[in-house]
Amino acid sequence: MTDTAANSAALAAKPQTLWSTAWRQFRRNRLAVICLGIVAVYLGIFLYAESVYWIAKARDVVPAYKVTDFAARNAPPSAAHWVGTDFAGRDNLAQLIQGVRIAFEISLLTSAILIPLGFLLGALAGYFGRWVDTFIIWFYSVVDSVPSILSIISISYVVGRGMKGIVFGMGLVAWVGLCRLIRGEYLKHKQRAYVAAARALGASHFTVMFRHIAPNVLHIIIIVFTLAFPRFILTEVILSYLGVGIVGEPSWGVMINDAKQRLWLGVWWELGGATAAMFFLVLALNIVGDALRDALDPKLKTAGGPRT
Amino acid sequence: MAAYIIRRLFSVIPITLGVLLLVFLIYRVIGGDPAVRLAGKNATPQKIEQIRKQFGYDKPKFFNWQEAAKTGRPMAVFDAQFWQIVRQFAQLDFGRSLQSNQRISRMIADGVVPSLCITTPIFVIELFVAVALALLCAFYRNSWIDRTFVVISIIGMSISSLVYIMLGQYFFAFELGWFPVWGFESVHYVLLPVAIGIIYSLGGSLRFYRTIMLDEMYQDYVRTAFAKGASQRQVLFKHVLKNAAIPILTNVVVAIPFLYTGSLMLESFFGIPGLGRMTVDAIYTGDEPVLFAMVFIGSVIFVIANLITDLCYTWADPRIRLQ
Repeated sequence: MTDTAANSAALAAKPQTLWSTAWRQFRRNRLAVICLGIVAVYLGIFLYAESVYWIAKARDVVPAYKVTDFAARNAPPSAAHWVGTDFAGRDNLAQLIQGVRIAFEISLLTSAILIPLGFLLGALAGYFGRWVDTFIIWFYSVVDSVPSILSIISISYVVGRGMKGIVFGMGLVAWVGLCRLIRGEYLKHKQRAYVAAARALGASHFTVMFRHIAPNVLHIIIIVFTLAFPRFILTEVILSYLGVGIVGEPSWGVMINDAKQRLWLGVWWELGGATAAMFFLVLALNIVGDALRDALDPKLKTAGGPRT
Repeated sequence: MAAYIIRRLFSVIPITLGVLLLVFLIYRVIGGDPAVRLAGKNATPQKIEQIRKQFGYDKPKFFNWQEAAKTGRPMAVFDAQFWQIVRQFAQLDFGRSLQSNQRISRMIADGVVPSLCITTPIFVIELFVAVALALLCAFYRNSWIDRTFVVISIIGMSISSLVYIMLGQYFFAFELGWFPVWGFESVHYVLLPVAIGIIYSLGGSLRFYRTIMLDEMYQDYVRTAFAKGASQRQVLFKHVLKNAAIPILTNVVVAIPFLYTGSLMLESFFGIPGLGRMTVDAIYTGDEPVLFAMVFIGSVIFVIANLITDLCYTWADPRIRLQ
């Protein structure tokens, strides 16, 4: 009783924002909180891997994860190599840690293309309507008409193998979902009284779009980002298999693909390690994304990923 | 109704042209000079120039103003790369493969059947199983059955499809020897890829359909149906399933181009000579005309499938006819 009383007093004192109520809702989902912890651990590993990479680069030495040891080729898991070694005797654990770095880099860079593009086009279409809307709807219908895996492959292929190809491929294709959602929100918000008030007070279209409406659709960007993150990681594996993936760095997709032939020789640790490393991150992100959506906007309909 | 259908038919034209423009932009503009790509790493400038001439890459991309001014014919403006492709594709001429020099239209005709052999069973069985399981989850909502399925589907979605294929092929074809590892000769060769295809796509679909059905479960009409004394089963099959049909239909249509492209990875792993493997091979060998045609035809099929769904909507939901 006293607990609820204290709670309601605290609530009365603090103004309830979307974020505070959402955070309370989110915290109630214990599984999601645990998964958020897992994501935080991965984030820590990402920062560590990034520092390993840059320090090795600054000192101009071969980083530890690339050191080959032909005496210990395809060694099974042991005290020295927890996840065994690969065909060149490189430590799999160190490579998996670098895989975290690459997965994060891909997802963050792709989002850096996807979010501005989807947000801007969606906002313009929803806010201005008329021919702007017609044109942008035509544009995203066209992009959406190309089966996503085919357009991602095409862009990655012409841009060239490697990080750039993957990031451009996924970023230039995946913005459509976000654009649709943002457009819908802007259509809704531009009818609201606060927009009319801001306009009446002399705010420009630009100010209304970005200062007044944008904060009200921010949660959609966060949800889309969290739910898209695991899909980028899964797509990277497919792109690696299709020959348009990362070159020269140990991404999870590269490791899974390298493990392909050696699985038949009984070398299971490479595949197992990469699958497990990926599984926990993707699972945690999926659960966190769902919980975020439930907490922030339960009515939001988010679409599935590319089919292969 | 007729007006709606005609209006909808016309809307296909700008989308199809847009798709062609997009694919053209990808292959001829975004990626830089296609001749340089085709010539490979150690090409001489002469070789690149020759390729440029051979494929018409030396022409302007969209409008040939120079040619029109020189000859005085206004139609010569369209003597450019993009309109060349529009003309060709309108006549269903997709050019020839760089690797085998076969007609691409011929290659596609040959590849369709093996692809459909793999993808149609996956498509149909997966749809029925996913909808049935989603109904089961909705029936036992918030019970341990429902939760178990949700957990399994999220776990299933978090593993790369490539891992399913690799492990499936390794265990059931190589270790246990129940199925052939590679090839396409009889029904026996299709079983394992189909089973793997169903398993790895089931998780996502089940979760999606379950969400749709649960959304419907909390609608007013469901409460009314329960209030008038309808049983769980009646409500699920008579009311919820019918109303969930539209979002389900939408999701199904998105998967239709997948029938055509085949499963890229399944086909190349199990050696099935379909369109999926053709596409993968084309990426490996840099066979751009094949890729161009595959991407374009895949999109056109999607556009047509979308058109058919929209027409189906008017049948499934009478309210749409009024718009």
